[in-house]
Amino acid sequence: MAHNSKDSQEKVVYVGDSRVRKSGRMPNIPPDYSAFPGKSEAFIPNFLLKEWMVGVVVLVGFLVLTISHPAPLGYPADPTNTSFIPMPDWYFLFLYQFLKYPYVSGDYVVLGTVGVPLIMFGALLCAPFLDRGKERRFYRRPIASTLMFLSLISCVYLTYVAWDHYQHQLEVNGIVPEHIKREEEARLAAERGEERPNPVKREDKKIAVVDANDPITSVIQQNCLSCHGTDYQGQSSIPPLAGVGDKYSKEELAEIVTNGKGTMMPPFGGQLSAEEIDQIAEWLAKQKKAE
Amino acid sequence: MFKAIYNWIDERLDITPMWRDVADHEVPEHVNPAHHFSAFVYCFGGLTFFITVIQILSGMFLTMYYVPDIINAYASVDYLQHKVAFGAIVRGMHHWGASLVIVMMFLHTLRVFFTGAYKAPREMNWVVGMLIFFVMLGLGFTGYLLPWDNKAYFATKVGIQIAESVPYIGPYIAELLQGGDVVGAQTLTRFFAIHVFFLPGALLALLAAHFIMIRRQGISGPL
Repeated sequence: MAHNSKDSQEKVVYVGDSRVRKSGRMPNIPPDYSAFPGKSEAFIPNFLLKEWMVGVVVLVGFLVLTISHPAPLGYPADPTNTSFIPMPDWYFLFLYQFLKYPYVSGDYVVLGTVGVPLIMFGALLCAPFLDRGKERRFYRRPIASTLMFLSLISCVYLTYVAWDHYQHQLEVNGIVPEHIKREEEARLAAERGEERPNPVKREDKKIAVVDANDPITSVIQQNCLSCHGTDYQGQSSIPPLAGVGDKYSKEELAEIVTNGKGTMMPPFGGQLSAEEIDQIAEWLAKQKKAE
Repeated sequence: MFKAIYNWIDERLDITPMWRDVADHEVPEHVNPAHHFSAFVYCFGGLTFFITVIQILSGMFLTMYYVPDIINAYASVDYLQHKVAFGAIVRGMHHWGASLVIVMMFLHTLRVFFTGAYKAPREMNWVVGMLIFFVMLGLGFTGYLLPWDNKAYFATKVGIQIAESVPYIGPYIAELLQGGDVVGAQTLTRFFAIHVFFLPGALLALLAAHFIMIRRQGISGPL
């Protein structure tokens, strides 16, 4: 089993740099590198070190980009958001823009999603079987080269148009991309010395209701909860009643219930008796966050 | 010492031919940028592989923090980006590397096309290379959803709608990707699985085929 190149029965001969069976079936066995006059050298380590020089240039550019431009992150996905402008990653933009044109969208969308891409990508996939001439120089293969140049130009053009249209839409609608808006908010918060705003909503911020079976809660349920939420947790801009004892004293609460507050909270002085208001205020004052 | 270890292994496994294929083969002058500066165009394939390795490594580190469910996905990315030491660098490398790998692959494809290197006997290697291209685009598409922010969500929604418009098989593709009626919890876990297991597996197999073929056939000669 051990490798022995002096064996005359060897069925494998070295052609170029690999073991290729010499059977005569393959007319295209690549020439030995000695057929290329010039300064050949070993891949490892000689050539790889030179290629690594190119790699280092790329790596430094890559790291500079990474450090100078942090990866963008917008706000959490909200499926109910209707004003968000969908935008694929840049290397899909040409296809995205292409599908906006008539005759490849609407009734003809099959032509856009299957027909044209199938022909283009199919031609690319099968290029060696379509372009079968022996000539390798691109200027001696006018058809293949021209088609490739035209495709390249159209991809660059479509990408540019898509990006330009996106920028225009942002400008017209006065939209700042979310990842930029978010960075800006974080920067302002940092300038004010506050913590970085966290856009993640958490359910467990609910404050428990204290003494939920007090008889006065029946009055509160009838009068207050249609606005303050059936679970005392408030809704949209209306504050929760749970935890309200942390903000106001009993006297302040009685005052708010009697005379109302701001534009939203109506006065209840006319509908409820002084005794009821006193009991309500006392109950509300007990609503403190559990430690 | 190393020679002794090498000989010990070689006696048992006959690794010399393997070593020559991986390392000891000759590189001809016409692809060597040290001799002809313009030969740097032959580096794009190697650079694509280099960036791919970076993508695999940075992706492995990302999965240490990333949680593929709709409640925690965004929060875990946010935490990684702003709280974890060097998290922004790791995520940044994966984010920009995704674009860079496409750029490098594109340049490599153009080099192969314009030097006519895909011609006989290397047709199969070109086809495998194009399949690698499609797998990379698939990785880009599935990876785009994972941060679960609005940009990710709506781009994926549009992408799946486009897939759905394909006649006959479109609805099945959409169902397979989406895992339900809307882009939601199932979509995220499916995209995660496709991005982290299915496509990298296919990619590694195709890369192996790509490299075995180029070693077997050698680099195409000078023009």
